[in-house]
Amino acid sequence: MHESMVKAMRKVAVVAASSRQEEKMLDTEVEMMIPLISKVREETGLDQTEIGFTCSGSSDFLAGQAFSFVMTLDAVGPVPPISESHVEMDGAWALYETWVKFQMGVIDTALVYSYGKPSPGSLQDVLSTQLDPYYIAPLWPDAHSIAALQARHLLEQGEITHEDLANCAVRAGTVQSQEEYFDQPMLADPLRQADCPTYADGGVAMILAAEGKAEELCERPAWITGIDHRIDSHHFGVRDLSAIPSAKKAASKAGVDDADIDLAELHTAYTVQDILLRKELNLPLNPKSSSKNHPIKAETLMASGLLRIAEAARAIWNQEANRVLAHATSGPLMQQNLMCVLSGEKE
Amino acid sequence: MAAGGELAAVIGVGMTKFSATRGDVSMPGLVREAAERALKDAGMEWGDIDAVVMGKAPDFFEGVMMPEIFLGEALGAVGKPMLRVHTAGSVGGSTALVAASLIHSGVHERVLTVAWEKQSESNAMWALSLKQPFQVSINAGAGGYFSPIIRQYMEATQAPELIGCMVAFKDRQHALLNPYAHLHQPDLTFDQVVESPMLWEPIRYSETCPSSDGAAAMVIVNETEAEKSDNPAWIHAGAMRSEANNFPGRDEVNPQASRECAADLWNQAGITNPREEIDAVEMYVPFSWYEPMWLESLGFCERGDGWKLVESGATHINGGDLPVNCSGGVLSSNPIGASGMIRFAEAALQVRGMAGEHQVEGARKAMGHAYGGGAQYFAMWVVGKDKPTS
Repeated sequence: MHESMVKAMRKVAVVAASSRQEEKMLDTEVEMMIPLISKVREETGLDQTEIGFTCSGSSDFLAGQAFSFVMTLDAVGPVPPISESHVEMDGAWALYETWVKFQMGVIDTALVYSYGKPSPGSLQDVLSTQLDPYYIAPLWPDAHSIAALQARHLLEQGEITHEDLANCAVRAGTVQSQEEYFDQPMLADPLRQADCPTYADGGVAMILAAEGKAEELCERPAWITGIDHRIDSHHFGVRDLSAIPSAKKAASKAGVDDADIDLAELHTAYTVQDILLRKELNLPLNPKSSSKNHPIKAETLMASGLLRIAEAARAIWNQEANRVLAHATSGPLMQQNLMCVLSGEKE
Repeated sequence: MAAGGELAAVIGVGMTKFSATRGDVSMPGLVREAAERALKDAGMEWGDIDAVVMGKAPDFFEGVMMPEIFLGEALGAVGKPMLRVHTAGSVGGSTALVAASLIHSGVHERVLTVAWEKQSESNAMWALSLKQPFQVSINAGAGGYFSPIIRQYMEATQAPELIGCMVAFKDRQHALLNPYAHLHQPDLTFDQVVESPMLWEPIRYSETCPSSDGAAAMVIVNETEAEKSDNPAWIHAGAMRSEANNFPGRDEVNPQASRECAADLWNQAGITNPREEIDAVEMYVPFSWYEPMWLESLGFCERGDGWKLVESGATHINGGDLPVNCSGGVLSSNPIGASGMIRFAEAALQVRGMAGEHQVEGARKAMGHAYGGGAQYFAMWVVGKDKPTS
């Protein structure tokens, strides 16, 4: 958004969210989503016919089926027909598309959801098909190895140390102590298991509402005060692996002011990415962050970003925080980044 | 009346040549070809664009998961917002509407949108037939899915048997006027269409769409930018609807989502008599019979009369008062993910007076239409030569 317009933007808030993550879920995507979607509709008292717009994010490559989101739409129960859209992206971008729709002034309420079920396949290998199909994918580099490339680069540049990684793992809760960290064998040198994500099946559903409606539906709406997303080059050889320009730019456009942020929900599935992103955004290591379900402990591709926004909103509803940064990422080495600032104040 | 929010218009359109195999270009080369043409048409450079919105159908068609991630660079998106839309076969239309929403909302001023498919990279039939536990596999392709619905239409309306062949023959004639069309069959006769092999009764081989490689792109801008253009296509209305694939009482021939989407569209555009007020239609017709079926569903005629419009020649570019698919339509070019955007872009070309040999003379308002899934996803827009009045 252009700076001049920030003030003119319509106020939109997250008013309800429901989520679920498990390491291995036996439910189908529809079975997983029905209770989540039902819960946010019940909490807000909104019937599907009273919801102005519905938008979701998911990936056919996780479901192993073309048009998989068409099946999952059954969880919404789109009878009678609904105004609806879908992005083949993390649900955080579905939320962005929805936020834009609010700005058109044509809707007052919306349902956003996303989900991912990596457990039936090998996500490490599936993610290789996301790489440039001509030059990189044929080498089948797995996700951990690519993350390790960046960690190796940062270590050799002197930007980080092994101790930094260990400390980050302790903060994320993947190990209890530095000792325990250094006892782990390398998984993808220089990364150990404690540096890398455990994948989880999961989904999240959310209700958004515009000013005027949001106050009716929620005691303390989590207002979106800024949102922006940017993409970097895909090619590792072109990128400076010690920087994330897209994250910095999105943060600046979303109005991230580190002094005011009292909680950061970062979609960082690797210790090295957590360290690098905090450095890029000038976020101190400790505001408490991502406590319960840090993406390193439960990474749900296609939903993790929207889950961060849900966690950020919960922190505001519970009065644990007043101004929260929620972040979503996509692509290898945090190639694409979305920043969303939520606030307890309408501002 | 207008689509909501700020005014938006198409000032640049670009398409690739559509063919069975574009072996001369990579995926980045394909999308860039369409995007460069759209930028040139708009008189813009890569740096002028604020954001990029990409659409395509299932990633399995090329075997690349979320390919926008590796294609961003080819579209000048580095450092910019990039969105990837996927709403089944309607995706090309939905993508255009999402791009337009970035303008209507006032979030951006100049947006590039691109939709594409490179079907030669794989076998779409295989990609659509991955077996899933606990689900019935059709294993018959889209034609097998839609043929019973078409038979139901024929039964209900007592339409003559050869109406579908008339549509197919007309669209292939129209395709001869469009240099980008995949199928150019100058020697094709109506009898050959009728005599072509029956694939899924009542759908003959010649009544089906081809499988194509190709891309389409548009530059959509706000009012200030559009005023600088000689011939903007103003967006008068845009609507999307989805319904479940399966529920008791579902009207598969004339889905409620289609009717409600059209009603919303005409309402936004201030159109009370589509047949009179729309000068050109680009409709998503992958199987010939969908032309009369959609004519009815969209309100261009009464239910049961769609085939009569076809039979009367009303939808032919020569002499018809409601020309449908002057570009040759999906029946002549079908890069699936792009097919909806081609409809939307062709509608824009018509009201900009830039459709070349397939121009409908004096077209002032045109409709672009796309559908997907089991005829359950719909995206539509109306564009006009004149600025919408509020």
